[in-house]
Amino acid sequence: MSQTLPSYAGSGLDDKSLLEAYRIMRTIREFEERVHREFATGEIPGFVHLYAGEEASAVGVCMHLDGRDAIASTHRGHGHCIAKGVDVKAMMAEIYGRQTGSCHGKGGSMHIADLSKGMLGANGIVGGGPPLICGTALAAKLQGTGGVGVAFFGDGASNQGTTLEALNLATVWNLPAVFVAENNGYAEATSSTWSVASDNIADRAAGFGMPGVIIDGFDFFAVYEAAGEAIQRAREGGGPTLIEVKFTRYFGHFEGDQQTYRGDEVARARETLDCLLQFRRRAVDAGHLGTGQLDDIDAEVGTLIDAAVAEARAAPKPTDADLTTDVYVSY
Amino acid sequence: MARTISYREAINEALAQEMERDQRVIVMGEDNAGGEGSPGEMDAWGGVLGVTKGLYDRFPGRVLDTPISESAFIGAAIGAATRGMRPVAELMFIDFMGVCFDQIFNQAAKFRYMFGGKAVTPVVIRTMYGAGLRAAAQHSQALYPLFTHIPGLKVVVPSSPYEAKGLLIQAIRDDDPVIFCEHKLMYDVTGEVPEESYTIPFGEANIAREGGDVTVVAIGRMVSMAMAAADELAGSGVQCEVIDPRTTSPLDTDTILESVESTGRLVVVDEATPRCNLATDISALVAQEAFGSLRAPIQMVTAPHAPVPFSDALEDLYIPDAQRVANAVKATVDWER
Repeated sequence: MSQTLPSYAGSGLDDKSLLEAYRIMRTIREFEERVHREFATGEIPGFVHLYAGEEASAVGVCMHLDGRDAIASTHRGHGHCIAKGVDVKAMMAEIYGRQTGSCHGKGGSMHIADLSKGMLGANGIVGGGPPLICGTALAAKLQGTGGVGVAFFGDGASNQGTTLEALNLATVWNLPAVFVAENNGYAEATSSTWSVASDNIADRAAGFGMPGVIIDGFDFFAVYEAAGEAIQRAREGGGPTLIEVKFTRYFGHFEGDQQTYRGDEVARARETLDCLLQFRRRAVDAGHLGTGQLDDIDAEVGTLIDAAVAEARAAPKPTDADLTTDVYVSY
Repeated sequence: MARTISYREAINEALAQEMERDQRVIVMGEDNAGGEGSPGEMDAWGGVLGVTKGLYDRFPGRVLDTPISESAFIGAAIGAATRGMRPVAELMFIDFMGVCFDQIFNQAAKFRYMFGGKAVTPVVIRTMYGAGLRAAAQHSQALYPLFTHIPGLKVVVPSSPYEAKGLLIQAIRDDDPVIFCEHKLMYDVTGEVPEESYTIPFGEANIAREGGDVTVVAIGRMVSMAMAAADELAGSGVQCEVIDPRTTSPLDTDTILESVESTGRLVVVDEATPRCNLATDISALVAQEAFGSLRAPIQMVTAPHAPVPFSDALEDLYIPDAQRVANAVKATVDWER
């Protein structure tokens, strides 16, 4: 049976790290809220899938990672990208399909990647990431770097065969991998309580020979603690872990989704459960940080996002010459 | 120094020489060693048809057996390739592509383009294809056309032990994802193969036989059918030029077009089933680029549009043979408007 860990403050993070955690979560939040508004103007091509509400998961996990480590993400990948250090302005330009984007406009929102930062990409295929992470973890193990691979995937992907195969392989090969199931309650328009046969995704961990934990995804400190334990276990050769993070996404499956399948959980979450609100309360109440410091960060992030949008809109689009380049290294 | 070895030994040698030369090369697949977790010997199989035998002991820790979970381990090979390894993963039968195709065609093939030119995915996927072993419908297909269709993949179909060794070494050194298709009936075919390491470039066809009357392009094991037909036809004064493209992607269109511009007649021999295979691909290319040179309609010699049958009586009818190639050649020679 998987265990539910309590959430708490005073995690051993120093003030500098607490500020950084807040900054990154705030950056993700403002980025997604802004993309939500800009998408409605019709200027952003294609589809976007927003991560607002889920920030504690990406940041709570990625704060334990460094240059040795790789992550794979989902179609809802902006949060993981930002948490892993992908350049925010390049991300915005990519979403606008510009040549200055992270992928020179050739990938878009669902394929933002920065391999130099160990970010194997947002992925348009549900369940596409976990097998790849078995590979990055294998590479780290064979290369002896102490690095880990972290696969973020959703409740939808938790039912995909590729994910289940990856869980099995990670245990069989004793890989330094962490699987983070981000259960936001819905796979597109279908609830996870209906589509996941077990009570919890984490209950499947035992079936694949690894520890499983369930974490309140609105609680940065709970995520940080659970992720720290799992990542340390992996680094020390103790094998993989499955972490199930439970929360809610503030927006639809995609921008444009009317969300008629939902109740009123978003309003409640924004008012009382929100990860940034909780973080503020805990860090300030515990005397670590001042409200002013956090307000300053909010303002700085706002300026950054404004600049990102302005620069993206002004940037050139790729040209004819770019259409068939980079299909291969050489052909 | 060349000597006679088998297609199987040539592939094994290519793997061993590259693993010796480059620590980043690793091998993985179902029973690529065999015996994992079992009470008997390790390296019990060395691959289902023995192609990887001996590598497990020679390169400790670098030959990995896998559970039967192609999506996971083919995906793992791809992920490891993005992080500096040079994996050679085995998809035991090309027919199993269905259970892992996403990792190949939506992930590996597309990383470089989708990520704006910043990804390098040097993975090789070795796989067995082809009919003739009475292995029936789900173990006998020639599915390289499906891989050839995908931008971002390279596809290699070696026709002899010499081709197999050079092309596999090239594949391992290549920085793009490569699908390396070995015909399962050819493992015991022998030929002259240099002892030393060598490469054969991709996108360069081999003119297996020169001739001025008819161009015969053949894929993989079909090259030997074309050569047998060519020998028979030479007796009646028809000289065939047999071209082995070696790689279907990239495809050496220049060599094919140059030959057709000279002969004016084309026969394409492809064991794959007829809709959207290499025969249709090459024929259309030639029809567009060398229409003026053609003196007769192009002939395609392929399997029928049917799954591979089990009974030897039927399977022997299924596979294109030298007689059918010769008939097709004659059809181009005898054709009148």
